[in-house]
Amino acid sequence: MKKRVVVGMSGGVDSSAAACLLLEQGYDVIGVTMRTWRDETQGDIQARNGCCGLTAVDDARRVADCLGIPYYVLNFKEDFRKYVIDYFVGEYTRGRTPNPCIACNRYVKWESLLFKAKQLGADYIATGHYARVVKYPDTLRLSISRSAAKGKDQTYALYSLTQAQLDSTLLPLGDYRKEDIRRFAAEHNLPVAHKPDSQDICFVPDGDYASFIKEYTETAPPEGDFVDESGRVLGRHKGIARYTIGQRKGLGIAFGRPMYVKSIDAAGNTVTLSEDVSVSEMITSDVNWMALEPFEGERRFNVKIRYGDKAAGCTAYVERAADAIKIRCRFDVPRRAVTPGQAAVFYDGEYVAFGGVID
Amino acid sequence: MEKVYFDHAATTYVRPEVLEAMLPYFAEDYGNPSSIYEIARSAKKTLETARDKAAAALGADPAEIFFTGSGTEADNWAIRGIAELYEKKGRHIISSAIEHHAVLHTCEYLEKRGFEVTYLPVGEDGIIRVADLEKAVRPDTTLITIMTANNEIGSIQPIEEIGALARSKGIVFHTDAVQAVGHIPINVKSQNIDMLSLSAHKLYGPKGVGALYVKKGIPLRSFIFGGGQERGRRAGTENIPGIVALGKAIELAVSEMEEESRRLSALRDKLIDGILSSVPHTFLNGSSVKRLPNNVNVSFEFIEGESLLLLLDMKGIFASSGSACTSGSLDPSHVLLAIGLPHEKAHGSLRITLGRSSTEGQVEYFLKELPPIVSRLRDMSPLFEEYLKISDPARVSG
Repeated sequence: MKKRVVVGMSGGVDSSAAACLLLEQGYDVIGVTMRTWRDETQGDIQARNGCCGLTAVDDARRVADCLGIPYYVLNFKEDFRKYVIDYFVGEYTRGRTPNPCIACNRYVKWESLLFKAKQLGADYIATGHYARVVKYPDTLRLSISRSAAKGKDQTYALYSLTQAQLDSTLLPLGDYRKEDIRRFAAEHNLPVAHKPDSQDICFVPDGDYASFIKEYTETAPPEGDFVDESGRVLGRHKGIARYTIGQRKGLGIAFGRPMYVKSIDAAGNTVTLSEDVSVSEMITSDVNWMALEPFEGERRFNVKIRYGDKAAGCTAYVERAADAIKIRCRFDVPRRAVTPGQAAVFYDGEYVAFGGVID
Repeated sequence: MEKVYFDHAATTYVRPEVLEAMLPYFAEDYGNPSSIYEIARSAKKTLETARDKAAAALGADPAEIFFTGSGTEADNWAIRGIAELYEKKGRHIISSAIEHHAVLHTCEYLEKRGFEVTYLPVGEDGIIRVADLEKAVRPDTTLITIMTANNEIGSIQPIEEIGALARSKGIVFHTDAVQAVGHIPINVKSQNIDMLSLSAHKLYGPKGVGALYVKKGIPLRSFIFGGGQERGRRAGTENIPGIVALGKAIELAVSEMEEESRRLSALRDKLIDGILSSVPHTFLNGSSVKRLPNNVNVSFEFIEGESLLLLLDMKGIFASSGSACTSGSLDPSHVLLAIGLPHEKAHGSLRITLGRSSTEGQVEYFLKELPPIVSRLRDMSPLFEEYLKISDPARVSG
């Protein structure tokens, strides 16, 4: 019998091509668009290109029709609010910088969608990520490896998948480059072949996080002080959620020399500025083990500390505390803007070895 | 695979007799009723014949019928029209918690404009209490808008009593009867109805045409501005094929109502009994007595209606979880919450609405396919596992 796969379709070219590829490979394909945030009944949404906009649903449906596959729009709004929006807002108000796409992958796509897919009798879920699911030769554990699309590597956002989740995951775009996929989509007359890529976080289409948080929490974040590393007040900030580590622009003060956000203290409501925001060490917690399991001693990795980061050499150790495992890592060259709340993903060659959240 | 359409409350197909009646008005008798020459006169006559039929079906006078583009338009027009017309007298409206969004969202719009709306609660049976209505009436109440029959749970409201109360207080009474017309007897005179909305596609007519009944003497203003159609109250060239179809469909529905209603009620009860007896932890939503002949709404504990719908779809059974207008998103239904269901039980609901094409064989097919689907979903449900642990620890010892 054909294996059944549920493809998460965002209406974009990548997930559309993924569905088409799987169909050609002989899978029984079902298309699903996840309704994650506001919907039409609230009447306050303009057409937009994020992954949960209305145009997304229309486009995905057109592609599904074109492929002749069953297609459903399913509701994940409760989970999305709980695991993505609440987390997103919470992290900013704790002075950290969240990555909502990783949270969405971890809790919504690879928990809720996978569960729905299994209910529908599916063996797998698939997405249009540029990455591969592979066995890591040394441990025979499942891992994610970098795709052929060098510029479009999306392994970073997938570091949190468990072995069981990876076992139920197909990433059909892993062997292609973006331009191959666009050509493939055009050759197959997929109606979204020429649609531009989406960039922004889907629930903040205008990129204005601060206003989003203010609206969502219905409170204006309190103003506070910019301080230097000795605690001397340099000026007033407009609420900690507006700043992220390493930020230079938009501080609203001229210092006569480049100043960057070095750290954010939520409890004290202060933002510390400094001329030098490099660090040589970092601690990562909430670790998900992928190709590797906890190891003894030190090991060499390349680590990415944000989406789109260039992996840089480091030496890492596993630190076992009473309640949790943490990773301490020393960069070969000090790194700028190591940002609490962002993911750190450690690579062994092309493979994701493990990843976690920067403390 | 068998295809079983069990979602007639979302929309129905156009009956062949109705299709036949409307076809000539696309390409042959295409005149504009407002013009003066012969084919226009014939269009005008056709329009008025359809109006006569709609009026007869409701016990109204033809002059009291205004054709619209949909039931939703009729609701919007009635509610906003009365609210604005009597704004000087008062800005209070009474509605119910289980109205269709066409009514609820219109009321919400008015609330934003400074009107006050009281949403009457309903009992477990999905029916308002007239005593609650009486208490809610204020000197500044200008409109009561309560649906005749609910689209999700099929509960039928005490329309005649509501109408009598409204009349005794000098308040306009509007009812959204989109689910009721052609399905249960309606008489605007004996039921004291001042305004009523209906829609053709719920009674085997086409989509895109509805009507508003407005009792003589209510000077409802125009809602859509333009030409002088519908006695200057609803501009826009008349949708003659649609209106002809509405007339034909409503005439047929009323003439066949008694027999069809008996047939559907029997199928409905067979479904309800069959579901409740074959699937444990399942209950009926809404009244078992004051219920539309074609409506079944049940909740299956521990599972999500959304998953159930998909698995039924794979078996060729087309049902819904709430009203079609919201099932794209599947938020817990406001109607089920209003009859007191907690969130998780509201999520596990299934609505089946029968129609002319529904047969005993389809009901049996459904009753055969349903139980294994529910068991499968429950086997995967963490809520069900939790329940088993508490109720019978031995069963899940492994």
